[in-house]
Amino acid sequence: MSALFTLETAAGTLNAAAPLILAALAGVVCERSGVVNIALEGIMLCAAFTGVAVTHALSPAGAAHASAWAPWAGVAAAAAAAVAVALLHGVVSIHVRANQIISGVAINILAVGLTQFLCYLVFKSSSNSAVVASLPRWGAGAFRYSPLVWFAFAAIPLVHLLLYRTVFGLRLRAVGEHPTAADTLGIRPVRVRYAAVALSGALAGLGGAALASDVSQFVQNMTAGRGYIALAAMIFGKWTPCGAAAACFLFAFADNAQIALQEKIPPQFAQSIPYLLTILVLAGFVGKARAPEALGKPYAKTD
Amino acid sequence: MRTALALALSLALFGCGKPADPGKGGAQVGLVFDVGGRGDKSFNDAAYRGLEKAQKDLAIKFEYIEPAQGSSDREAYLRRLAEQGTPLVFGIGFMFTESINAVAKDFAGQKFACIDYDVRPDTKIPPNVSAIRFKEEEGSFLVGVVAGLATKTKKVGFVGGMDIPLIHKFLAGYQAGVKAANPECEVIANFAGVTPDAFKDPVKGKQLANSQYGAGADIIFHASGSTGNGVFEAAKELNKQAGTVQHFVIGVDSDQWEEGGHVLTSMIKSVDVAVFEVIRDHKDGRFAAGIHTFGLKENGVGYVRDERNKALVTDAIVARVDEYRQEIVQGKRTVPEK
Repeated sequence: MSALFTLETAAGTLNAAAPLILAALAGVVCERSGVVNIALEGIMLCAAFTGVAVTHALSPAGAAHASAWAPWAGVAAAAAAAVAVALLHGVVSIHVRANQIISGVAINILAVGLTQFLCYLVFKSSSNSAVVASLPRWGAGAFRYSPLVWFAFAAIPLVHLLLYRTVFGLRLRAVGEHPTAADTLGIRPVRVRYAAVALSGALAGLGGAALASDVSQFVQNMTAGRGYIALAAMIFGKWTPCGAAAACFLFAFADNAQIALQEKIPPQFAQSIPYLLTILVLAGFVGKARAPEALGKPYAKTD
Repeated sequence: MRTALALALSLALFGCGKPADPGKGGAQVGLVFDVGGRGDKSFNDAAYRGLEKAQKDLAIKFEYIEPAQGSSDREAYLRRLAEQGTPLVFGIGFMFTESINAVAKDFAGQKFACIDYDVRPDTKIPPNVSAIRFKEEEGSFLVGVVAGLATKTKKVGFVGGMDIPLIHKFLAGYQAGVKAANPECEVIANFAGVTPDAFKDPVKGKQLANSQYGAGADIIFHASGSTGNGVFEAAKELNKQAGTVQHFVIGVDSDQWEEGGHVLTSMIKSVDVAVFEVIRDHKDGRFAAGIHTFGLKENGVGYVRDERNKALVTDAIVARVDEYRQEIVQGKRTVPEK
């Protein structure tokens, strides 16, 4: 058992948790405003690709000779692309008032195909990008991470403060619970929801960028379900930033612990541990999770 | 409405598959890649080099397709190439075995070749299929000897892709080689997953490598397609952090020296040579169906030792490796497959 609680497991857990945390926070922000965001997976994937492609484009002399700011520009581009995709989801779910689940699923499917296609155009392979210049690594010892990982940890209290200690946060939550009531008090639900969706996109985009910057390249469908795991973490955490982040840490720990367990128990079982754990915890220990009242319901002003 | 549009657009993107090189139809050779696709710098890229050489030396026109997510579309792609009338179609990877059998039966007038064809006791290989197999365990044994002699920590690692018998051949050979050269050396082995996507998950590869390096391994042999890119990334970062090169990787299938100064050697699997030779024989009307196995004796597997890594793989190590190679080639030593 002691092999489970090593420094490497701890370091690996934090690293694996970061993209999940950013995506889960993105989910919290979006859904607390009343917009379902299944599209996290696709948004992360688009961001991961954009970040790598832009970094690549800005280092024409090759990754080894890239300027120090190229990967940072990649991060900015990743966030921008993610906001754009999120706003597409926003237009469909807020403005057009279409089914938000379908919009999210469509974006996820689109993202897989589109990133693969663009990857072929840029890197002449639909499977792998080139290895690009990476962000610096900050920290000490085994705990040296890309700045995005540290940002993920900082974002937990920041999003908490935003939701519970600011006027914007209050309005965001009000719109997610009872948009009509909020409207009568002079809050514009549509505007607040657009802002929430955009912020959610930026957070998920940084999550995608964190994932790509970990290995300095893009790989076909590299998110591999992390967007969905983040959604599970969000529900598990009862739509609160701290709860969702805690769930991400738990999941990341299970994911790293299975490495130590691989040689001792059948690998098929070891690798299902993170998922089993999620189901068990969701089913047994969370208690009743209450979604925002107006979640998934498009707001239409009635006279 | 807009969702319908988005859905239609995404389906269109999915449906159209990947663009192919050069020009549709008219190609004499078609090839469908394994999971990991082009740019894995390993298994698939080795196959691609075989195509390129055929294009250059034999003036062959080729067309290739990369599988989509999960690669469940591999049979459809083989069929598409066959339907276009491509005279010779390759499937790269053991997962093509069933699909090649099925498609080859339906297109009996055309030839098919499958790299890493999975021979089971009950499989009947169609008469127009060339089944190409490698003795990965023999090449892995040699790099195991290199690792066993080069390790300073008496601990070496192995990162496998999908947990399947094929990858266990690499592991078994490697373990036997390490133990033969250095009985006290410990081998830590991990697999990236139990689905084909385990061959294209560098994030997981890096995670596994960090865990093994952290546990004291100083050399890791990966047999994991583009998942291995994460292993190189982990070594690169740890070496940069330490300021010296203490963490090494042993590449697989192709010579992976290009990945950086921390590549000790690579276990070569001559997929490029096999692809080229099948194309050449086919062109000369000498296409040979049935099983073809390439081991150390046939120079189908081996390891890299050249000007670039001779400081890492010393003459003393080479002398020892050559002794073992002789024993294997002469049949005095059998390398375990599992």
